[in-house]
Amino acid sequence: MPDAKAKIALDVNGEPIEVAFAPHKTLLEVLREDLGLTGTKHGCELGECGTCTVLIDGTPVLSCLVLGLACAGRRVKTVEGMADGGVLHPLQEAFAELGAAQCGYCTPAFLLTADALLAETPRPAREQIKEALAGNLCRCTGYLKIYEAVELAAARMRGENAKPARETLYGQP
Amino acid sequence: MGSRKKKKTTERRKDGTGMQRQGRSECRVVGTALRKVDATAKVTGATRFADDLSLPRMLYAKLLRSPHPHARIIVIDASKARALPGVKAVLTGTDLPIPFGILPVSQDEHALALDKVRFVGDPVAAVAATSEEIATAALDLIDVQYEPLRAFPDAIDAVEHPDPSIHDYADAGNIHKLIDLEFGDVDAGFREADLVREDLFFFEGNTHLPMEQHAAAADWSPGGRLTVWSSTQTPHYVHRALAKVLELPAARIRVIACPNGGGFGGKSDPFSHEIVVAKLAVLTGRPIKITLTREEVFYCHRGRHPTLMWVKTGVKKDGAITGMHFKSLLDGGGYGSYGVASTYYTGALQTVTYPIPRYKFQGARAFTNKPPCGPKRGHGTPQPRFALEVHLDKVAEQLGMDPAELRLRHLVPPNSLTANWLRVGTMGLGRCIEKVVAGSEWKRRFKKLPHGQGIGLACSSYITGAGLPIYWNAMPHSGVQLKCDRGGGVTVFCGSTEIGQGSDSILAMIVAEVLGIDPGHIAVVTGDTDLTPVDLGSYSSRVTLMTGNAAIQAAERARDLIAPHAARKLEVPAERIVFADGRVFDVEQPEHGLGFAEAVQLAEAAEGTVGTVGSYTPPRSAGRYRGSGVGPSPAYSYSACVALVDVDPATGIVRVPKIWIAHDVGRVINAASVMGQIEGSVYMGLGEALMEEMAYRGNRNVVHKIPSLLEYKSPTTLEMCDVVTYVVEDPDPNGPFGAKECGQGPLLPVPPAVANAVYDAVGVRIDEVPITPEKVFKALRRKDKGEEPRFGPTRFPEIPWPEPTRVPPPWEGGDGTAVEQSVGRTVARHA
Amino acid sequence: MGPRSNSRSVGRSHDMLRLPSFRYLRPTTLHEALRMKSDAGPESTYVAGGTDLYPNMKRRQQEPKTVISLMEVPELKATEKRRNDGTVGTVLGASLTLSELSVLPSFRRSYPAVVQAAEFVSTPLLRNMGTLGGNLCLDTRCNYYDQTYEWRKAIDFCMKKDGHICWVAPSSPRCWAVTSSDLAPVMVALGAEYLLAGPVGERVVPAARFYNNDGINYLTKRPDEVLVEVRLPPAAPGAWDAVYHKLRRRGSFDFPVLGVAAWVQWEGEGEGDGNGDRVADARVVLGGVASWPQEIPEAATALRGSSLAPEAIAAAADAAYRPAKPMDNTDFDLSWRKQMTRVYVTRALAELAHRRSTTT
Repeated sequence: MPDAKAKIALDVNGEPIEVAFAPHKTLLEVLREDLGLTGTKHGCELGECGTCTVLIDGTPVLSCLVLGLACAGRRVKTVEGMADGGVLHPLQEAFAELGAAQCGYCTPAFLLTADALLAETPRPAREQIKEALAGNLCRCTGYLKIYEAVELAAARMRGENAKPARETLYGQP
Repeated sequence: MGSRKKKKTTERRKDGTGMQRQGRSECRVVGTALRKVDATAKVTGATRFADDLSLPRMLYAKLLRSPHPHARIIVIDASKARALPGVKAVLTGTDLPIPFGILPVSQDEHALALDKVRFVGDPVAAVAATSEEIATAALDLIDVQYEPLRAFPDAIDAVEHPDPSIHDYADAGNIHKLIDLEFGDVDAGFREADLVREDLFFFEGNTHLPMEQHAAAADWSPGGRLTVWSSTQTPHYVHRALAKVLELPAARIRVIACPNGGGFGGKSDPFSHEIVVAKLAVLTGRPIKITLTREEVFYCHRGRHPTLMWVKTGVKKDGAITGMHFKSLLDGGGYGSYGVASTYYTGALQTVTYPIPRYKFQGARAFTNKPPCGPKRGHGTPQPRFALEVHLDKVAEQLGMDPAELRLRHLVPPNSLTANWLRVGTMGLGRCIEKVVAGSEWKRRFKKLPHGQGIGLACSSYITGAGLPIYWNAMPHSGVQLKCDRGGGVTVFCGSTEIGQGSDSILAMIVAEVLGIDPGHIAVVTGDTDLTPVDLGSYSSRVTLMTGNAAIQAAERARDLIAPHAARKLEVPAERIVFADGRVFDVEQPEHGLGFAEAVQLAEAAEGTVGTVGSYTPPRSAGRYRGSGVGPSPAYSYSACVALVDVDPATGIVRVPKIWIAHDVGRVINAASVMGQIEGSVYMGLGEALMEEMAYRGNRNVVHKIPSLLEYKSPTTLEMCDVVTYVVEDPDPNGPFGAKECGQGPLLPVPPAVANAVYDAVGVRIDEVPITPEKVFKALRRKDKGEEPRFGPTRFPEIPWPEPTRVPPPWEGGDGTAVEQSVGRTVARHA
Repeated sequence: MGPRSNSRSVGRSHDMLRLPSFRYLRPTTLHEALRMKSDAGPESTYVAGGTDLYPNMKRRQQEPKTVISLMEVPELKATEKRRNDGTVGTVLGASLTLSELSVLPSFRRSYPAVVQAAEFVSTPLLRNMGTLGGNLCLDTRCNYYDQTYEWRKAIDFCMKKDGHICWVAPSSPRCWAVTSSDLAPVMVALGAEYLLAGPVGERVVPAARFYNNDGINYLTKRPDEVLVEVRLPPAAPGAWDAVYHKLRRRGSFDFPVLGVAAWVQWEGEGEGDGNGDRVADARVVLGGVASWPQEIPEAATALRGSSLAPEAIAAAADAAYRPAKPMDNTDFDLSWRKQMTRVYVTRALAELAHRRSTTT
């Protein structure tokens, strides 16, 4: 017999919402199935790939291992909440520009993890980026374009008029 | 660029050399690093992958899978499951009795096992229910009685034990396929050699591991039309399999390939879950979806075949090869999949890098009781490439030659035929080697780094699409339709499938280039069998070349259709009309012109709706022997790689800080995508080189040891190396604007480059992939004890090879057909 | 082949892996948590970060009917320096996340081995969720056990869940699942103490006595007890030092296949100002080789009285190598893992020696 639904109030992407769901559902399931926010993806549902990363109160966590009920009163940010109206977030812009999203399946998770990194570390060294993204698997890019996109976005968020290096897009001469 | 030479375009097409070649300076779109057409959707989470679909009244499907690696099904009782409230249908093998398979020669799969199961995870029954919970509960209520059979955990076991047979068809016992091809007298080649060397290698199986788990949804309209959405790389083949197994007219089935969340070859077969979900939609009259768990994705597999290889090569003192004999034994798993092609591929491309005047290949594929192997990035060629490139490294050392020098001195010339009748066009390997040798400071480092550090080099080549289709037919491999809107927009329709490689963008860029319009004004519709002309699918690195050529043809036809009407309006000869910068104008007075939209309107007013088609069929291959269908390609890409490694002699742990890779891509279409494909290939090659493997427990029922993202080791950011990429361009006449592939080839040289670098670092040969710390450690201990400093296979089993197919190489005369050698005479034998 | 079997295929969830249904409780005091546990009985469990329990529940390795979250219990959030036997030690609340541990003010300087171990756990994302207490109580692992229900069914299960034998050692009466905590060996090496609260009151146990060498009953903690806090010995710069080294395939995600925690107390010349040059006492503790953090007393014996010279380190590494018995239950070949014990113990001790030589 299905469990009675539980209802919680939380903030998703800056908007207060109420949502009812079976009490054993994870945040991943609530986002995708009860809120229609399918931008959050899943690759294992066991915390082994990072694909379902969202931000809770600004901290990147795996939505497959967070109970929906545990999110009452929390602030949840998903990829759908990154752009500012019709304007892409600088990270989204840089990922698109450099081809840091190939198949795009792990992309929302990388964007959110990077978003949290840049909120704390506006000028991350390459090693810091690698460490911060070490919990997100990507099978397409080899991560290199992702690092470069994070660096490009970080520079732009600092107000610099940054452009991708030529070898990033065309290789070494 | 312009369309002045209408006549000449036609002539070019007639001579079969493909589309016009242009210098970069003439192109405005091709060669740039354009944002991909789907980039915004992907960075905003708007892209709808198959599991993101939700339809009203949707049911959920689940599969019951075999817990036995090899067993006969005695009886299945699903009555209790059917009686469970909420269950709408239960299927077993007898509901879908028609076999299918990707290759016509191995139609050996059933959507649900009919009488036997062949690996742990083989689907046995399926349930459709109103909720996942009910479907799950229903699976629990299905009783299956099995009679377990002896299971075969690996290829050698299967080769040596014909009974019980895993399939009732095979070339011999449990050997699915046997191949024996001979191009010239290799023994004569060995007699001419100054050095003859034999080596054994093993390449462990590994899997694609796309981040997206396979998913499919289906909907059946009461009017009698079936729609199937799937994360597939090959909607056309899924379309054919559905029509066959469901016994529905293909005309009433629509297959939509959703954007794939990674493919790498793993979504190229028609799968059980796609057929099951379609059948359940037909039976229940309701939409239904299935999403596989990560564990089930491991059971779908179709990944790299574990391959045992033996190679014997004769060389002259200067490194020139006089003859090569190559043997491979592939562990195929439980079903055919692409395996016959994979087996041929383990012997096909040895010849396109360094001249091999006489060549013999023997290949065998065994059935075993594991998930089926198939095509993973590089399909059948990374294994022999690993063997060949490590083998050559040993040869170079024995000859006292620098391995880079050995390769540079002996390159297959461009525009030549190989011993096995492959037609090589452009060949940029020499430039690739020069790039990585210079960039890595090879000469300063090779053999000169401190103990524990090493540098290694390897090269490779890969096909740009297969020359022949998977099922025999005379139709094009790729088709494109163009619709020019009177508002100036253009829609490109093509059956190709976007799997992250950027194929949709290639279509937009090429059409934009030819029509001289903003790529942003182009809409791309792909991977939908109702809407788009057939493209065979995203496999064998065929998409850019084949859809690109088809798109060029369609766009040129649109240009040719529009140009006369613009010319009439501008009162200039049609030959002087140029399409560029969103305008259509007189090449001699560029200010004298029209907007593209206006030109389309003139054409539409005069001719009616403006639409054109284009298609592409690869050139005929040169080989005419049985087996010559695998290997030919319109163009071969080339790669050279140098790997720098750190080996910890106390542990055997290998780290790769940096890789230099140069890739001959012919011509860049989208620069950012080329970089991404090359870097991604290096990444996947690095994972295969160091840690990825499909491991099974033979002693516990042949179960997959580690079907999870935690224990199947995919490199993280912390394992990925720095990559220095060189893009080498040498436009190939067969490629669109000269383009060749770049999505698979650059993977191939990475494992052998790492293996060669490990030898340079610590003096041990690891003749086996992955190069794990245990193997390095064991080899180092052997070295310490004065034993052979090597880890690798030690024997190649006896295999009942068939009578060889003998094909004289081109320089020995003949026409690419096989000859039959009987007493004293030679008879042509056509395949 | 074998006799005809009437085996029944059993399938469970084949869609997205989902949690079974359960009751979720969120007490806001320790007292309430204990009462809820007592009310819910044996088919209930505590959860903190959930990064260990929820995957296990999705694979049906654990099937509690009630899950009691400790994340809103204030008693488990302490971080303070507290008088303890007349000295100032640090107290760490069990529900601190691993990420929080590594940013505690001055903690990195005082307890580098603890921070190092915490930062070695899994991934940054999981460290944002996983807690100190969760890592110290981490379920033992085995790649015959950490599998889905269907997979385990295909091997007829194992004694840790639903089955009868241990596939790692089929003739053994016990389960050989392996401790995979990075922090537990460090806590044992440091001589930390754990405060447990149960229905009958509180008790303090040394870390070493918190663990059993049994893959099933791997904790001495009773199920109804809560691990409230960890009490670390007073930081005494120069007087003692500790390190943690971890072996695994990848730099993130992976559990340890070997963890080496080493602690030394210095004495002798300069002892008073924290510059002793002789090992007064030592502890070497291995993770990933047994069901509990395995202390190697022989290694300590080899080190006592030494100045961590290479010979003493070699003797200690040899002492650690001999009893280490990795089983075929993790990543990597077990004989190599055993070989690595010597290398990793050597390196851990060498780091301590190096640190001493650079600080004196």
